[in-house]
Amino acid sequence: MITIKFFAMLKNKVGRDEAAISIPGQITLMEFKDILKKEFPCISGFIDKSVLISVNQEFAASGTIIKDGDEVALLPPFSGG
Amino acid sequence: MSLVRIQKKDFSVSEEVEMVKASSMSIGGVVVFLGTARDVSKGEDIIELEFESYPEMAEKKLNDIRERAIKNFNIIEMALIHRIGKIAIGENIVLIIAAARHRNDAFMACEWAISELKRITPIWKKETTKKGDVWVEERP
Repeated sequence: MITIKFFAMLKNKVGRDEAAISIPGQITLMEFKDILKKEFPCISGFIDKSVLISVNQEFAASGTIIKDGDEVALLPPFSGG
Repeated sequence: MSLVRIQKKDFSVSEEVEMVKASSMSIGGVVVFLGTARDVSKGEDIIELEFESYPEMAEKKLNDIRERAIKNFNIIEMALIHRIGKIAIGENIVLIIAAARHRNDAFMACEWAISELKRITPIWKKETTKKGDVWVEERP
């Protein structure tokens, strides 16, 4: 299973702060984004545009491999400080 | 206590400065950036702020900023503390302390660190106004 974490406005839109989904073997982040958009259509626009994604607490690129047991977080634009 | 923290409770600027100073007798200049909660944002009166973080990743990023600041700016020590949870107007939000042998290195490191914090640290601000709550999207 992949743990997915939602923060700030994405948490509000999805209605929870965490979800778990299973994936077929290992896939790239680009492929995982398509799964996310189908699973969470209410935030598909954010996934295409402003959201950064981390895998196991490190920023991920479109080619990053996602595998069973990973923690993926959807990160809206930061506003700390 | 760690020099890099994400915490709900307020911090004492003077106690944190003393802790940084205690790390070396070679420190000759200490620069402090203290971010506080302002009462107006984009023309709207702010009632209160709330900060949320991705705790594990945010602490990792703050530690990374500290390590890079010490490596790249010729400073001796740096502290980075950010509060989360509800914060009233006027209260402390974030503290960065840069300590160096000479002031110029401390000024440069401190300015770089707050910019880098805003750029890479997963922390989000929600502003409560009379019109409702808004998650702030763009960096100030």
